[in-house]
Amino acid sequence: MVNHPHSNGPEGAHGDHGAPHDHAHQPHGDHVCWGGGGCGHGHAHRLEVRSLRVRYREVLALEDVSFATECGRSLALIGPNGAGKSTLLKSLAGLLTLDAGSILWRGQPLTGKSHEIAYLPQRGDVDWNFPLTVRALVEMGRYPNLGWWRKFSGHDADIVLRALTAMDLLDLQDRQISALSGGQQQRAFIARALAQEAHVLLLDEPFTGLDQPAQENLSNLFRDLTREGRLLIASHHDLRTVENHFDDVLLLRRRQIAFGPVAESFTKANLAQTYEATATA
Amino acid sequence: MSTDLPSLTDFLAEPVARRALLACVLIGFANGFVSAFVVLRKSALKVGTLSHALLPGIALAVLLVGLTQWSALAGALFAAMLVGLGSIFLSRSSRLDQDTSMGILYTTAFAAGYLVLTQLNIRQKLDEWLFGSIVGMADTDLWIAFAISALAVLTLTALQRPLLIYLFEPHIAASLGVPVRFLNYATFAITILVLISSLQAVGCILSVGLMVAPAATVFLLTNNARALFWGGGIIGALGSVAAFFLSYPLGWSVSATIIVVLGALFLLAFIFSPRYGLFSSRRRS
Repeated sequence: MVNHPHSNGPEGAHGDHGAPHDHAHQPHGDHVCWGGGGCGHGHAHRLEVRSLRVRYREVLALEDVSFATECGRSLALIGPNGAGKSTLLKSLAGLLTLDAGSILWRGQPLTGKSHEIAYLPQRGDVDWNFPLTVRALVEMGRYPNLGWWRKFSGHDADIVLRALTAMDLLDLQDRQISALSGGQQQRAFIARALAQEAHVLLLDEPFTGLDQPAQENLSNLFRDLTREGRLLIASHHDLRTVENHFDDVLLLRRRQIAFGPVAESFTKANLAQTYEATATA
Repeated sequence: MSTDLPSLTDFLAEPVARRALLACVLIGFANGFVSAFVVLRKSALKVGTLSHALLPGIALAVLLVGLTQWSALAGALFAAMLVGLGSIFLSRSSRLDQDTSMGILYTTAFAAGYLVLTQLNIRQKLDEWLFGSIVGMADTDLWIAFAISALAVLTLTALQRPLLIYLFEPHIAASLGVPVRFLNYATFAITILVLISSLQAVGCILSVGLMVAPAATVFLLTNNARALFWGGGIIGALGSVAAFFLSYPLGWSVSATIIVVLGALFLLAFIFSPRYGLFSSRRRS
């Protein structure tokens, strides 16, 4: 499911820290869209946000957010605390009611029920003591496809197996979810998104709390997933690593400050505008 | 003590005793089954509030239409609804969190219900509502218990898939297509119904134990959330039946014995669970 080699570094550099390997499984082309012009009938699936305004608990949390991106890209949401990063992710996941504006996925308004969009919670928000094994967590990803009662078939089991394999979790599948390292926990949730056959992965601070090797591993994984044609959107707070982990960046401070490829938009001027005076706030 | 008691076999020949035994199985299983939901939802306190709030509802119904099985049930249902919704309203419209609101609501409601019942000259019945009287169950009571148990088990089983996602990630379950609001109402209704059915067996003070301890015990033994439901049901039923047989020769109250037995089972799991017990090597530091 995840292709090699990685684009960064010399050959084999990615293999150090248990980075997921999977040479046996090809991407399941009919489910996953393809970026870089290779998407289905010549177009990458597009996610478009138009003049978004969202209130969160009565407070205006986001306004004037407009951008468009597509499968095959990774986008970092950058901004100070309370800038609206999580609100934007939750809006994209269909968890919040929009005050104004629209979110279009593949040309259609997003209803929040699409199995093609997966939301991955912040690690701190997960109840790690829940009696759940890694495998059972990944199996949950089949729910949007199966509904309440349809039988869990061999086909579903195959997809779960592929997701576990791709995330290098096969040996850990019977572990309770708290008995994993931070990086493994992150991969378990990504595996669930893969089992869900999601095109878009929305991640809330995925790098937070991971040590250096685990961060590198996850970064490599991001590259694999985007090369496969998935769209990754993640809130991120470590400004030093933005360039290394992401293609595009959206600078937010309740409003959109800048959006574009990291090289063009992740500038000192834009950052100053995003973070200025927040220290005194 | 046992010399003036008929032997257990003679006792079981009595329809009253057989009904009580059957009630232990039904009510124990239903409460144990639902306890999985209560434990995973971390709502033991809320259940405690609800069960205490049943008393003023019963008192009010008795005051209005006299004491019958149905009036008591209707009163209990009404009170539970009122307190459940009241605590949500209080916490939303004031600075207090829901725990605080519930703490005030249930003690006040309970005290008010106690006052009404003591004024009504049905003192002999009061103990039964507070602590249950499983030996006094009629056929109708058994049918009600059976219907509620069946409804609870069927509904929670049918909803198992969305329910587990809802319990694991209540705030984001909607993004996986789970009908969160529907589940909220459905599970609240079932919790109240099962609570009412347990009222007769263990009374409103002890019912929290029956609705928390069984799944809490299984929680210490497994990593499988589904096992909590059936395991909780089995422990609830077995514990209640064991308590029934234990209480008879000792002359103990059945309801109190049920809770003590379930508490003892929990303690055993807490100490000896191979996975998460006090002495488990796998226990995380």
